[in-house]
Amino acid sequence: MKVSFLKIISFCLVIFTIIVFFIALNIDKRYSTENIIGKKIDNFKIKFLSHDQNFENKDLSNDKYHLINIWASWCLPCKKEHPILMKLSNEDNLNLIGINFKDKKKNANNFLKDLGNPYNVILSDTDGTSSISFGVFGVPETILINEKHIVIKKFIGPLDTNDYKNILNVIYEN
Amino acid sequence: MLFMKTKFLIIILLIFNINLSANENIGIDTKIFKNLRCLVCQGQTIAESNSDFAQTIKIVVRDKISQGSNEKEIYEFLSEKYGEWIVYKPKFNYINSLLWISPYIVLILGGYLIFKYFRKRRQ
Amino acid sequence: MLSNTGNILLIGSIVSTFLIIYFTYQSLKERSFQIKKNIIYWSFLQITFVIASFLLLIFAFVFSDFSLLAVYQNSHTAKPLFYKISGVWGNHEGSMLLWINIMVLFSYLFFVFNNKTNSAFSLYTLVVQNILILGFLIFLIFDSNPFFKILPTPIEGLGLNPILQDPALAIHPPLLYLGFVGSSIYFSAAVAAILSNSNGKNFALSIKKWVLISWSFQSLGIIVGSIWAYYELGWGGFWFWDPVENASLIPWFCMTALAHSVLVLEKRNYLYNWVLILSLITFISSVTGTFLVRSGILNSVHTFANDPSRGLYILIFLSLMIFSSFIIFFKRRINDQFNLNAISKETFILGNNWFMMFYLATVFVGTIYPIFTQVLYNTNISVGPPFYNQVIAPILIPFLIFMAVGPKIGWVKSKFITYKPFFIIIVLSLLINFLISYFLKSYNLISNLIVISSLFLILHSLKDFITNVKSNSYLNLASFFSHLGFGILILFIVLNHNFSEEFDLNIKVGQTKKIGNMEIKFNNLKIENRENYNAVIGDFNIQDFQRNYLKKLNPEIRVYENPQTLTFESAINSNLKQDIYLTMSNIDGSDFYNIKFQVKPFMLWIWLAAFLTASGGLVRVFLKK
Repeated sequence: MKVSFLKIISFCLVIFTIIVFFIALNIDKRYSTENIIGKKIDNFKIKFLSHDQNFENKDLSNDKYHLINIWASWCLPCKKEHPILMKLSNEDNLNLIGINFKDKKKNANNFLKDLGNPYNVILSDTDGTSSISFGVFGVPETILINEKHIVIKKFIGPLDTNDYKNILNVIYEN
Repeated sequence: MLFMKTKFLIIILLIFNINLSANENIGIDTKIFKNLRCLVCQGQTIAESNSDFAQTIKIVVRDKISQGSNEKEIYEFLSEKYGEWIVYKPKFNYINSLLWISPYIVLILGGYLIFKYFRKRRQ
Repeated sequence: MLSNTGNILLIGSIVSTFLIIYFTYQSLKERSFQIKKNIIYWSFLQITFVIASFLLLIFAFVFSDFSLLAVYQNSHTAKPLFYKISGVWGNHEGSMLLWINIMVLFSYLFFVFNNKTNSAFSLYTLVVQNILILGFLIFLIFDSNPFFKILPTPIEGLGLNPILQDPALAIHPPLLYLGFVGSSIYFSAAVAAILSNSNGKNFALSIKKWVLISWSFQSLGIIVGSIWAYYELGWGGFWFWDPVENASLIPWFCMTALAHSVLVLEKRNYLYNWVLILSLITFISSVTGTFLVRSGILNSVHTFANDPSRGLYILIFLSLMIFSSFIIFFKRRINDQFNLNAISKETFILGNNWFMMFYLATVFVGTIYPIFTQVLYNTNISVGPPFYNQVIAPILIPFLIFMAVGPKIGWVKSKFITYKPFFIIIVLSLLINFLISYFLKSYNLISNLIVISSLFLILHSLKDFITNVKSNSYLNLASFFSHLGFGILILFIVLNHNFSEEFDLNIKVGQTKKIGNMEIKFNNLKIENRENYNAVIGDFNIQDFQRNYLKKLNPEIRVYENPQTLTFESAINSNLKQDIYLTMSNIDGSDFYNIKFQVKPFMLWIWLAAFLTASGGLVRVFLKK
């Protein structure tokens, strides 16, 4: 029987496709925006929660790690991760910046009054547009940047104890 | 017949003397929204979605347009932040090259096979 | 109790399927090709069991028996009766049972129609089809059993997703399943034709009807799905090139190609191999589509409760199907005669198949490419409408012209005798296109060319129709309907695509906004309690100063309780000229509403043309001249 070139190619293609499908079945298909890791954060200008002044890149200190946490009082997982943020606020080498996302000022303040305030700086992004530059598509999200303002890690969804250990590992590595 | 031919020519001229830009009646913002995926929805574009995320992206895109960014710059800005997944038209690059080429490979191959059949007959 | 009865019926089906395979195999091994009584007997029992289990599941949904997991998860006592019934196939388990019902139904009918003429062929078909049925039955019983029991029995169900509570979507799955699950019968018949060394002409005659039936239902299913998406999803579009839609389109391309080339096999006994391949890949592509949709393999932000084991089972089944069928195909190679003339109907039909394979490749590659980039390069990409439009649209132009000329060309050999009508039709199409761009607005080159070629197809079909009626010669109504319908469909889709107007704005109650020559006034907002949801109804006035009309539109936001969901209902004012389309949605934390306002020309024509196209297949089946 003559075996034609075309037949062999189609056979290989079918096998290849099936193998790819098989591998694809077992990989995690949740989407995450990891693209910004390794890049310097964009210039931003966000209002403080408490007053009308702006906070900018240049106001970020150059000697510490920064943890930017995007949260809202209406978001239930944020309540869940709050104790971890409280623990992290004890670390000296870490500057916690909270960005309050699409929230009302009164509710945000009540939230912090009830559960404690872990943040060194609290900013407010009322229409959610400023958070776009951090690749945010839901709350909570957390971004760890180093003293040179380069993104080291990104956490989508509430932080857990594993993430806590990871963050400590990164900031005490050097 | 000659009359027909001249008429034909005139019509041809008229047909192709047209504006090459499509969809002028849709604003540039809507055009961009239609080309962006709403990341938190099930297969919807930003233009179609009612979600919070889509509303935010709409504001950002409009801000960018009023700041003078063009379509391409906006896509690049957003895919830098959210990955290529957000843009519905994949770029033509190394990874995506087969996506753009393979339909035409099938077209040419099909044409070749039909042609081969006819040749076989003649011989 | 109900769960046990259901399981007994399923076991009955599996046993009868197994026995059919066994008895048929016996008969084939003896080479007697005798259709024994027990085969007919068990076939009848099989269809009885399968239909009974389906009716039982409907019964469980209608009477809200929440002891079944499938009913508990997808139904609710407060749901209207109609949606209780449609809930049966609105979920994975129930839809698999429907799938098996259609396979068994087609198997039974095919057997009854064909066993008198060619017993070897119909026995082989029966055995192959029943192996497929067995595979799906095992999947149903062990991995997606609709009669799975939960203890203790819940008092109330979780309800059906409100956007699925819709008349169009209630009939959409059965239509689509009649299409692509129905294609299983000519998969089996193709394998059987190879195994029984059946003659090409007989094979063509036996499957032709089934191809046309499944093609028509597939088309109807796709149309109904699009209509639903148009008014229910609130996006104003009707085709999104979504993987789920593509999964139904890919088999449709195969069926269309097959419906044409099967005629060549029937009339001229050529292309046997090609028709066999098409018959095989139609069902293979249907199962592939099902795999892509059901396994959750396609990227999404929400990982739904999809079970990788389901995907794995379908994938293994699919691989077995592909390899065994193609090994059989290549082992018993059938030699094709081939004697075609360049200008003959056969050539044009090959042309149709050529274009169909191109469209199929485009849609298939576009659908699965993101999976490849993810596995091989770990990058996610989206392949959306811009890709498909750009690749497919230019190739529509030669396709439409082929379609216009094809039906008129005779079998065997034909000459173009008359250039004159040809020329007149081209000039007419150009003229109409010019008028369109003159009176509406100009549009781009590709759209121009597509409009010209679709006009060419429309006018050519009409001309052929008129000359046929005049000369009282044989008229192929089916192809006339389908080709004319397709021409009109493409024409209006392109016009609609180019001349739709869309506006997206935020508005408060009492406000009036001006856009172009129109004015939108948001009069007021009221809340109504309806049967199983609350509705927030907006009252809008749309005024067009240029054309001087005033329209009232009432879009709604519906708040469903079970499960808790918001849906956005569009308000559409539809006439032959255009649809005026309005949706509204609330913006959190503000008293503004986001509204999408669209003026979409010729929507009604698109639906009518699509139905006309689909009717062609049914005309061919039921109106024997």
